[in-house]
Amino acid sequence: MLSDSPIAVEQHGPELLHHFVDAEQQRDAASLGMWLFLATEVMFFGGMFCAYLIYRYWYYNEFAAGSRSLDIYLGTINTAVLICSSLTVALGVRAAQMGKRKLLVILLLLTIVFGFAFLGIKGVEWYDKYKEHHIPGNSFNVDDLVKDYPQIHIDPRHEQIYFSLYFAMTGLHALHMIIGVGIFIFLTYYAWKGRYTPKYYTPVEMGGLYWHFVDIVWIYLFPLLYLIDRKPLR
Amino acid sequence: MFDNFPLWPVRASAGAGNVDALYIFLVALSALMCVAIFTMILVFATMYRRRRGVEAEQIEGSSALEITWSIIPLGIFMVIFLWGAVIYFHERTPPQGASEVYVVGKQWMWKLQHEEGPREINELHVPVGRDVKLIMTSQDVIHSFYIPAFRIKQDVLPGRYSTAWFRATRPGVYHLFCSQYCGTMHSGMIGQVVVMEPAQYQAWLSGGGTTGSLAASGESLFQQLGCPTCHRSDTQGRGPILAGIFGKPVQLEDGRTVIADENYIRESILSPSAKIVSGFKPIMPVFQGLVGEEQLNALVAYIKSLSPAPSGAAGSTSPTPAGTRSQNP
Amino acid sequence: MATAAITTERENYLNKEYGIRSWLLTTDHKRIALLYLASITFFFFIGGFFALLIRLELLTPAGDLVQADTYNKLFSMHGQVMIFFFLIPSIPAVLGNFLVPLMIGAKDLAFPRINLLSWYLYIIAGTIYLHCIVTGGVDTGWTFYTPFSTAFSNTRVIEAGISIFIAGFSSILTGLNFVVTIHRMRAPGMTWSRLPLFIWAMYATSIIQLLGTPVLAITLLLVVFERAFNLGIFDPTRGGDPLLFQHLFWFYSHPAVYIMILPAMAVESEVVACFTRKRIFGYNFVAMSSIAIAVFGFLVWAHHMFVAGISLYSALVFSILSYLVAVPSAIKVFNWTATMYKGSISFTTPMLYAFGFIGLFTMGGLTGLFLACLGIDVHVHDTYFVIAHFHYIMVGGAVMGYLGGLHFWWPKISGRMYPEAWGRLAALLVFVGFNLTFFPQFILGYMGMPRRYWQYPPEFQVLNVLSTAGSTILAIGYVLPMVYFLWSMRYGKIASDNPWGAAGLEWKTSSPPPTFNFEEEPEVTWEAYNYEQIPAPAEVNVER
Repeated sequence: MLSDSPIAVEQHGPELLHHFVDAEQQRDAASLGMWLFLATEVMFFGGMFCAYLIYRYWYYNEFAAGSRSLDIYLGTINTAVLICSSLTVALGVRAAQMGKRKLLVILLLLTIVFGFAFLGIKGVEWYDKYKEHHIPGNSFNVDDLVKDYPQIHIDPRHEQIYFSLYFAMTGLHALHMIIGVGIFIFLTYYAWKGRYTPKYYTPVEMGGLYWHFVDIVWIYLFPLLYLIDRKPLR
Repeated sequence: MFDNFPLWPVRASAGAGNVDALYIFLVALSALMCVAIFTMILVFATMYRRRRGVEAEQIEGSSALEITWSIIPLGIFMVIFLWGAVIYFHERTPPQGASEVYVVGKQWMWKLQHEEGPREINELHVPVGRDVKLIMTSQDVIHSFYIPAFRIKQDVLPGRYSTAWFRATRPGVYHLFCSQYCGTMHSGMIGQVVVMEPAQYQAWLSGGGTTGSLAASGESLFQQLGCPTCHRSDTQGRGPILAGIFGKPVQLEDGRTVIADENYIRESILSPSAKIVSGFKPIMPVFQGLVGEEQLNALVAYIKSLSPAPSGAAGSTSPTPAGTRSQNP
Repeated sequence: MATAAITTERENYLNKEYGIRSWLLTTDHKRIALLYLASITFFFFIGGFFALLIRLELLTPAGDLVQADTYNKLFSMHGQVMIFFFLIPSIPAVLGNFLVPLMIGAKDLAFPRINLLSWYLYIIAGTIYLHCIVTGGVDTGWTFYTPFSTAFSNTRVIEAGISIFIAGFSSILTGLNFVVTIHRMRAPGMTWSRLPLFIWAMYATSIIQLLGTPVLAITLLLVVFERAFNLGIFDPTRGGDPLLFQHLFWFYSHPAVYIMILPAMAVESEVVACFTRKRIFGYNFVAMSSIAIAVFGFLVWAHHMFVAGISLYSALVFSILSYLVAVPSAIKVFNWTATMYKGSISFTTPMLYAFGFIGLFTMGGLTGLFLACLGIDVHVHDTYFVIAHFHYIMVGGAVMGYLGGLHFWWPKISGRMYPEAWGRLAALLVFVGFNLTFFPQFILGYMGMPRRYWQYPPEFQVLNVLSTAGSTILAIGYVLPMVYFLWSMRYGKIASDNPWGAAGLEWKTSSPPPTFNFEEEPEVTWEAYNYEQIPAPAEVNVER
């Protein structure tokens, strides 16, 4: 591994990487890098949103029925959980900026708790879907939906597309949440060790950006998956 | 052209000449561009090869040149685009009154059925001078129906119909290729198109044991499957009247209006709940899995026969291009 | 000369540390570039081996060398290996990694550890793909069209899909690194308008890698899910749409071709400038056309689908846009040609590749006009015409750009000169072999020979034989550089800092450069391609 030359260590803290001229360049690079990475994530999720839009336009009835079969209370609670977690993240970045180490650690821990809460509730929802045989694959069965909505004649094949997209989208989102929680565990450890100061809190900021992005993806997923048509049926 | 070293297939359809004309124009244009650029490079490489004491002259550029050599190519490109677009539009607009052949592609063969009745495998007999419209679907993966001598090609998809058309102008036997990779024997999914003089074609038609027209076998299937129970010829039926609907707009109960083309009929049989006609209930049974592709073709042909054949001249455009399907992105 | 130099050899990135750990754990962009060089060369020969088998089979109309299923696997894996494991990384990961920091005056890329991660992702992906090859391979075509790939193929589609998914992340991270580096780490005085055109083109390439590759990732992931979990997103028997796959796939795979050609254009600008000893004519236009290609390249994907069943109106839109994207490429060709006017031209190996590039890219680009033309495309789509077109661009263009660049910067990378006579011979063999291989395929295509055909009607044989003959010459042309580059590392003439008398910051440091690139941080006060200030070398190959 390349080592810092002695001169560099003298003039800057050890967190300045050798190939950067100064801390500001390092911070700017990290920031641009994270924003670009988030742009790639937009494109990544975008492909699925595109598929979703097309199939929803074609199979509106099945999408509406599938949407109604999701638990709106759990979904709403999860939305609130994530919004609160974004608050704790933002407050955490501010705490780091102000050098408040203990507060930072508490906020990071809270964020992790919220993250686990979200994942736990999502697990419950998925388990419900499993019990109702709404998971696509060989045991997929939407006779219950067909029965519940006799007037709109559900085609099970189209219904399976809704649920395929539901699991693909929430699954990938959950994967990103898990990665986010992992990142925040690291951040909490290093924060507790006192690594983040008002002069250097870039990882907290970058981790925060990532977390906010994952939150925003959910803000889109929630209405698209849960709120297609909650009007009572005629 | 060059018989021993041909540069293109024989021209055997009405449209082939137009395609070749555009091709030759593009070849000439490309040759001209290549000669121009290569000559200039050769000349510059010789004239300005490195010589002692002779320095390169630093030239920043010339906006005038840049604009010129952007605008002129762009203009030429637009000409090429328009010429090609016209040919394409013509290719994708089958004329009214074309006779129809239903094609089913499956791994790894072509099954064809003339509306007069005869079925063929990997061969298509057609008369010279007649507009022929192909209504095609696949039983499994995506294939593509390609007749080089006619310069036509159209991907054949599972789950929907796609169409192509041609008018053969030269008797002979021509290659038919599958041109969308479809598995092991993709390169074996080939056949021939046999273009005959009209009299010979009639003879060929009546040669085989007749099984009746495609529409007739569709009618008997229609009865067999119990369709008339709901699709009566009066307004008392639980299903819409089918006479006269083909090619006309249909009002759906969600407010949309669609044209009742081949894909609409097909979808209504396989997946009736996709488009419910306004004023009717979604009670039609699903026939997906109960009828095969060729039976579907027969039913579609029958229902089409219940509408008067359009009397427009060949080449007149229909309200929507006949190549479009009821649903496409 | 070579032995005497050892005692006085300066410390550089090659001799700073020895041992396998110093290579496998390096974060030095130059060493990572060499790691990539070794790996992609390996995959190039695997893909090339598949190509040779294909051409051998096609010597005769009958399928008599391999079975149909084997042939289908050969062309599928040839395409996937060449595109994802050779072409897409090639210039960016080898020349880009090596040169971007040097050219802008930086000590390294913005994220050196992510750079190393990129390479490891590539290696993991490559290993998985090798496993896929030896356990049966994949036969879906490089394009994975559904429903064949999701519901009918009996080959290792999931493994291939996962492998390419991972390789995609290698590509994304490389692009991310370059964009941040170019934005944030330019040396003082290195303004945007003083950047070498190589950097402009690599920047444009990186934007495409960043924004396009994730779409391929999600598309392949959906194919893998569909196959593994029996979903129905692309399966029409279950309400899905096979055309949706094609749209999503081509949304990446069309810009991907610009990932492959823009870096070669990058090399072209540098080589032409150096061996005409002139600033590139129309610098601003060439720089902007790189950006234009990247932007417009995202708008034309459905020109791969003119006969797939899209609507007439979509086809019209995509055809016209495809003509628009051709304009910036034409502008570049004209500008390179105009640069030669009143230049001082030397015919070194890199310059020979540069001449070849202009010729072959022009021909390939012109045939793109045929394909963008709706009326013609109906006839030649999915025939050998398309194969000839993209090989003219990707092999005649991109690979020649890559080889030209390797030769041009070899002294900088290795500190040695390659043998010039052998270099010129190889360039000539590549050019002749290439044309003989692929020109007949234009004719084959218009004659109607479809692509991906294991057996074919006898009237196509003569042209196929010509093509196979050319491919053997081409193969020799490719093997030669491998041999003499390796030879030169031990026995080549030692290179000076700037054997070509070229402009550019990379030539202001030693050959090979020190680990941190420059003894002192450069400060730039001159414009790019300031050849009027740089004395031409007395001889082209300069000995120290």
